Amino acid sequence: MAVLLLAEVTDGELALDATAKAVNAAKALGDVTVLAAGATAAAAGEAAAKIDGVAKVLVAEDASLGHRLAEPTAALIAGLAGDYEHIVAPATTDAKNVLPRVAALLDVMVISDVTAVVDGSTFERPIYAGNAIQTVKSSDAKKVISFRTANFDAAGESGSASVDTIGAAENPGLSTWVEDKVAASDRPELTSAGVVVSGGRGVGSEEDFKLIETLADKLGAAVGASRAAVDSGYAPNDWQVGQTGKVVAPDLYVAIGISGAIQHLAGMKDSKVIVAINKDEEAPIFQVADFGLVADLFDAVPALTEKLG
Amino acid sequence: MKVLVPVKRVIDYNVKVRVKADGTGVDLANVKMSMNPFDEIAVEQAIRLKEAGKADEIIAVSIGVKQAQETLRTALAMGADRAILVIAADDVHTDIEPLAVAKILAKVVEEEQPGIVLAGKQAIDNDMNATGQMLSALLGWSQGTFASELDIDGDTAKVTREVDGGLQTINVKMPAIITVDLRLNEPRYASLPNIMKAKKKPMDEKTAADYGVDVTPRLEIISTTEPEARAAGIIVGSVDELVEKLKEAGAV
Repeated sequence: MAVLLLAEVTDGELALDATAKAVNAAKALGDVTVLAAGATAAAAGEAAAKIDGVAKVLVAEDASLGHRLAEPTAALIAGLAGDYEHIVAPATTDAKNVLPRVAALLDVMVISDVTAVVDGSTFERPIYAGNAIQTVKSSDAKKVISFRTANFDAAGESGSASVDTIGAAENPGLSTWVEDKVAASDRPELTSAGVVVSGGRGVGSEEDFKLIETLADKLGAAVGASRAAVDSGYAPNDWQVGQTGKVVAPDLYVAIGISGAIQHLAGMKDSKVIVAINKDEEAPIFQVADFGLVADLFDAVPALTEKLG
Repeated sequence: MKVLVPVKRVIDYNVKVRVKADGTGVDLANVKMSMNPFDEIAVEQAIRLKEAGKADEIIAVSIGVKQAQETLRTALAMGADRAILVIAADDVHTDIEPLAVAKILAKVVEEEQPGIVLAGKQAIDNDMNATGQMLSALLGWSQGTFASELDIDGDTAKVTREVDGGLQTINVKMPAIITVDLRLNEPRYASLPNIMKAKKKPMDEKTAADYGVDVTPRLEIISTTEPEARAAGIIVGSVDELVEKLKEAGAV
């Protein structure tokens, strides 16, 4: 009963929080071996060795592993898979790029975004953007799983696992890295922001979306939008929160001029505190709001912006 | 170059999902079904490739129940040239797993020899985010997932990908599997004349058995439950009261 956990390594550095949360989730499944792969990964491997619950660390350094390209990373993991019953990772975009490829190479299903471990082959995961929770039992000999990190606490850092170096798999040479662009905005990234301020169709125009942005900047928040606002051309598509956009769960979510269509609620209802400002008291958004204010947003939002100073 | 676009029939994104009382899944009887929104973006991108002279035929394929022919008609009305319906289940509640879908798609690719497969990054029902990557592994092709920009130049495609920290750009060798994200484009609506024309476009009907693929699920569904409901909130009377409540709650 051994677990191989793909550590989140970016430019040679370990993403400690995501990796430590995945380790905590994986501990119940067996002894955890962490794989740190990258063009440089030794420092990331040393950092991973300190995470509580890690039995062993494997470091694979090769130019082909430098930017987490799916093909060489999946080939490496598939080559190591013989020794493990579970192959897991935090559910990051990198892991979601790699793990299904690994699963298909091993002829097993992947189980994405697991939120709870029931036993070694039974797991809970959200479907329909969290509108339902499904418990599934795998009949595959190997289980390939990504863990939704928001649902697990991070393991501590008092461990001292042994670190071994291994070689990379042969690079299939199917893709090459060009560049990484870190989001240029001064605002926090939508999916990881602590506060999100979103506007809906009620905002009425692209110009008036400035009201939403001003409040967001006052709160150090990311800006979101409903699909209706995006479809109306008031906000860019990458601001879209909802089932067809980004799923967010900040500490504070402020919904302004958003009626609360089902597909929007699916993307934000796990936020800790939800505030809704809408002039229609019947708007469904009020059913999920902790604090609702029935008011004209063009009066309420500037006032709120001023008073939160 | 041929473009293959897999499309999935899912509950319309505007419909409230209801869990069946017996916990076996989500109720799909008498519910409005539509094309998976990410797949619409894939169809749109295929049409744009054809309009730009980089593709000459668009083949839409759907794997599931017979009713998925409606989803294929939508793809044909948008601008796909022909469709392949692969019937792999009789009961509308049966969801064919991404691994089985990828195996069938791999066979379709062998037959049709497309230069590119454009797929949605995930289906909004099972949210597994896996089919494109799995197909890529089975074919030994390159993969460019979560694409927000795509530029095909000869035997290479430059793909900008939506990743956690921002954007990553990679070059992938053609033929490739590209899975598409929201920012890639805004799908067109089918016009009424095109909807009429789509009824005359060819649609082949096959079964999973025709491709020799076993679609038996690897994951048994033990239960499906509603998530915990949120506790009821309060309506505040003014902006001042809102600010006060937010401070009390430690939210600002």
